[in-house]
Amino acid sequence: MNILIFIRMVADVVEELKIADDFKSLDIDWIRFRLSETDEHAVEQAILLKEKYGGMVTVIALDAPEVDDALYNALAKGADRAIKICGDWMNFRSPGIAKLFSNYIKDENLLVTQTLIMSGSQAIDDLEGELIYYMGENLNIPTCGIVTSVNYRSDFNLINVYKEFAGGLRGEFEINLPAIIGIQAAEKPPRYIPIAKIRAIMKTAKIEEIDIPDDHISAGKEVNRLLEPEVSGRATMLEGSPDEITAKLIEILSEKAII
Amino acid sequence: MSKGILVLADHTKEVITDVSYEMLGIGRKLADSMNQPLYSLIIGDGAEKFASGFGIADKVFVVADKKIEIAIPELIVQILKKIVTENDISLILVAGTNISSGVGPLLAAKLDYRFIHFCKNLIYENGELMATSQLFGGKIFSETVLNDCKGIFSILPGSFPAEAGKASRFPEIIDIPHPDDGLKIKFKAFIEPEAGDVDVTKESILVSVGRGIGSSDNISIADELVEIIGGAVCASRPIIDQGWLPLSRQIGKSGMIVKPKLYMALGISGAPEHIEGMKDAELIIAVNKDSAAPIFNVAQYGICADIDDIVPMLIDKLKERK
Ligand SMILES: Cc1cc2nc3c(=O)[nH]c(=O)nc-3n(C[C@H](O)[C@H](O)[C@H](O)COP(=O)(O)OP(=O)(O)OC[C@H]3O[C@@H](n4cnc5c(N)ncnc54)[C@H](O)[C@@H]3O)c2cc1C
Ligand SMILES: Nc1ncnc2c1ncn2[C@@H]1O[C@H](COP(=O)(O)O)[C@@H](O)[C@H]1O
Repeated sequence: MNILIFIRMVADVVEELKIADDFKSLDIDWIRFRLSETDEHAVEQAILLKEKYGGMVTVIALDAPEVDDALYNALAKGADRAIKICGDWMNFRSPGIAKLFSNYIKDENLLVTQTLIMSGSQAIDDLEGELIYYMGENLNIPTCGIVTSVNYRSDFNLINVYKEFAGGLRGEFEINLPAIIGIQAAEKPPRYIPIAKIRAIMKTAKIEEIDIPDDHISAGKEVNRLLEPEVSGRATMLEGSPDEITAKLIEILSEKAII
Repeated sequence: MSKGILVLADHTKEVITDVSYEMLGIGRKLADSMNQPLYSLIIGDGAEKFASGFGIADKVFVVADKKIEIAIPELIVQILKKIVTENDISLILVAGTNISSGVGPLLAAKLDYRFIHFCKNLIYENGELMATSQLFGGKIFSETVLNDCKGIFSILPGSFPAEAGKASRFPEIIDIPHPDDGLKIKFKAFIEPEAGDVDVTKESILVSVGRGIGSSDNISIADELVEIIGGAVCASRPIIDQGWLPLSRQIGKSGMIVKPKLYMALGISGAPEHIEGMKDAELIIAVNKDSAAPIFNVAQYGICADIDDIVPMLIDKLKERK
């Protein structure tokens, strides 16, 4: 199998987020970047597939702060190639990024019969919806999102995937390769790679950098304004020392006849 | 000017989801203020029996066919594209659920419309449409203005009143044949979740743990708490993905939808996918050390503190009380 996987850095939402002066983007100085959580699962799933069925895993990302760490991490886990696409893509929206990636795949002849393209399913700032569907349309290949399990049948060159619905219900789908899927969760929790192993890989492996100019692709329309959620409907905060807070909590629970 | 607004009905296991009625309600409001008709589309085996409940729409398109076993975005989009083009529809509302996911971007790519995800609000004013979306796990909202009032919007469940989408009137129903165009993806089977040791949807008290619990071992303090106040322990997605608790305990979009008397959220940030599963709990109490955590926007009571500083002491005090 020939696996191409697209990964991406996003703001860590556990940290404070600040809106920039243009009111249209986040203040980059405040962001702590991390690999999108579902991408971590996508990398894991790709490596699991390689371990099971062999083949080659290529990880591709747009240039972004700290993206090298994520790419080296994927190499340390077992990816064969890491590619960083440079250029002025910062303000491009998903449909434009999908064109860029699709064009790249076509230009490099990466879409062969045994190609499985993967990404994480749904990033936290995904205003235009899942990238895979825009790419699936550009490349005219089958597309399936929210996937939690993948098996390959080499005799028929097809994959069997589980797609998540609600209430724990899943659907099993059969898809011929080449195809594109969005990974929600890998079959196993993403493996941990010790720093020493990442340092070692940084000495031996290389991130391939390529430059793609943004001609002929439209950046897409930007949002008009970002804002912090209004404070209305906020919780009544219980303040004070832990002793005071727990006392109030017990009062509330007994008032509501829970205890 | 285009001629209509369409709501794609969302249903699972032969039940129309609440968000479908939410969409019909806001769809009706927009249709009236824009002076356009409101359409709805229901796809699925047995879809015709749902159509009578969709009287708030002027016309309901129905694709009922034994062959349609499950929501495949490609199939839904084939049907939608035809209806949208033939009726010159400008606005399409789809549910922000796993069932309808993928429909929006795929239709957007085919029609060259804009797709806007995670919508909490849609306002029509001065000839423009403004969509408010919830991003970054609920921490930031974005506003997008569409001057041409043309686009596809996915609506976060719980954003509008479902009651506004219900009417006793009977709609005009138009049967549409199955497109039979062939699909690139084949549905094989449903996989039902394994029955868990407890059914969290039936519990009246839930103590829910999120990533903030820190480790698998720490879940024991939630166990201890339910031993005293009753109920069961459940969790947000990362806890399940780590394998710390079984899937039957997951609350949210892909997990269970619960409405207990008490939902105590420990170390849960309150991402929209989690909120979808627990927003209708009677009483929500959240403990989180981040004062900006979105969970505080749905909780009645919030405690901005470390779980370790609050929960063990609460347990001790409850024990003393007994
Ligand atoms: C298609 C799709 C479906 C999904 N389905 C679901 C679903 O069904 N259910 C679900 O839950 N999620 C689901 N998610 C994931 C969802 O987007 C969030 O990633 C997830 O809910 C976050 O879980 P969390 O709040 O536990 O973790 P985080 O967002 O990491 O939050 C942890 C919180 O704990 C707090 N904290 C940390 N340490 C402490 C401490 N010591 N004391 C107190 N507080 C602390 C932090 O401040 C933070 O707010 C889905 C996502 C997608 C894309
Ligand atoms: N700019 C990008 N660079 C690399 N990968 C991306 C980019 N945008 C989206 N992706 C991939 O698509 C996934 C889902 O994003 P989205 O579909 O936009 O929610 C991401 O987690 C990545 O795996």
